Amino acid sequence: MEPIIRTENLDLYYDQFHALKSVNLDIPEKAATAFIGPSGCGKSTLLRTLNRMNDQIAGTRIEGLVSLAGADIYDKNMEVESLRKRVGMVFQQPNPFPKSIYENVAYGPRLQGISKKSELDQIVEESLKQAALWEEVKDFLKRSALGLSGGQQQRLCIARALAVKPDVLLMDESTSALDPISTAKIEDLIREIKNRYTIVMVTHNMHQAARISDKTVFFLNGEVIEAAETKTLFSTPEDSRTEDYISGRFG
Amino acid sequence: MVRRHDFDEGLNQLRELLIQMGTRMDEALKMAVESLKSSDLVKAEEVIRRDAELNALEEEILELGSQLIITQQPVAKDLRRIIVAFKISSDLERMGDLARDIAKVTVRMDGQPNVKPLVDIPQMASIASTMISESIRSYMDENTDLAYKMAKDDDEVDELYGSMLRELYNLLLEKPEAAPQMMLLQMVGRYIERIADHATNIGENVVFLVTGRRPDLNP
Repeated sequence: MEPIIRTENLDLYYDQFHALKSVNLDIPEKAATAFIGPSGCGKSTLLRTLNRMNDQIAGTRIEGLVSLAGADIYDKNMEVESLRKRVGMVFQQPNPFPKSIYENVAYGPRLQGISKKSELDQIVEESLKQAALWEEVKDFLKRSALGLSGGQQQRLCIARALAVKPDVLLMDESTSALDPISTAKIEDLIREIKNRYTIVMVTHNMHQAARISDKTVFFLNGEVIEAAETKTLFSTPEDSRTEDYISGRFG
Repeated sequence: MVRRHDFDEGLNQLRELLIQMGTRMDEALKMAVESLKSSDLVKAEEVIRRDAELNALEEEILELGSQLIITQQPVAKDLRRIIVAFKISSDLERMGDLARDIAKVTVRMDGQPNVKPLVDIPQMASIASTMISESIRSYMDENTDLAYKMAKDDDEVDELYGSMLRELYNLLLEKPEAAPQMMLLQMVGRYIERIADHATNIGENVVFLVTGRRPDLNP
């Protein structure tokens, strides 16, 4: 699998705290990659580095390279807005806009200058279908998104992220606030779309990583300890620290 | 996520059950061959009766292992520990059936004297018995060297079985009237040879437990 994202000797500091230590990682294109590790291991920090969400945190300093399709995303010529269009993100808590279901999904494409109704209709339908929400909401598109259940809201956020046709979708513990059925729906949709998008997910649920990711990366104290095919990492990990973590000996 | 304390306790229980099964299986084999040597019907009946206990132990291992999988969702080596416990208990259960079958031969011979003194059978049984304890020890200690050694022991049993067959064949030409008994003895040889194969399977499973890869020690 070709890497679409690559980090080389990536170090990240929050003031004095060394949060990521010389991370060298390839993220394969059109596949799901999961980051696992105990709290504070750096997995969410790395995820936020991939679309420059850390820029907003004062005292953050980055050394090394993060590239997307060969281009340095921390280059001074890189426009953060266009980067975030290519690298979308879904958070732990669903955060729909206080607008209609339709407007939530059409928001991004409108910002990109798409105004033709038929075109927007098509994007909304397609995005909601990809997010496995269309059947549930197609007759109520004008209703407020805030009336949806938590699981539906999260799928709406995924539809909203997909509406701008990103290359990469970052998911930061995107099912941890959801019930098991909603979680299963989102896992299903990830399996469904991962051949079309590059998905990078942070999860505290190891078994979720085992179920839906193709590649798993284990972090500890800001370092990548092991990055391997998911099947291998959960059956015959190379590093004893990986085995100890996935076997519940710490973390 | 595995809750370690409960899980370790469960794994220890699994190990205890497997040791128990292995010990009882070994006893069953020794008693069965002893019953055959001394035409001891009481002993043979005892082996047949005790087979149910081995079956019950296998059930217990399946039950406990399933509970551990359901409640602890183990991965990697932890998961292999349980899968391997299932496979070993199933091998031991089959070995127990074969020991029972040897005891049944004693019963079928119904006290009639042996046409020849038993030489190969006790020797094969003694190697098989060593293999049983080695197989359990290799599981306990996760010792793959022992597992590979068992493959050699198994070759020895196979050779003895081959020479036993040749001897029986010659004897058959000399004493055709003893054919029924010789066929029974041939079956006993076959049962012990199978027991050794199952012990080798256990060795294979130990290698899988330790390395995550399956060797073929029983080609």
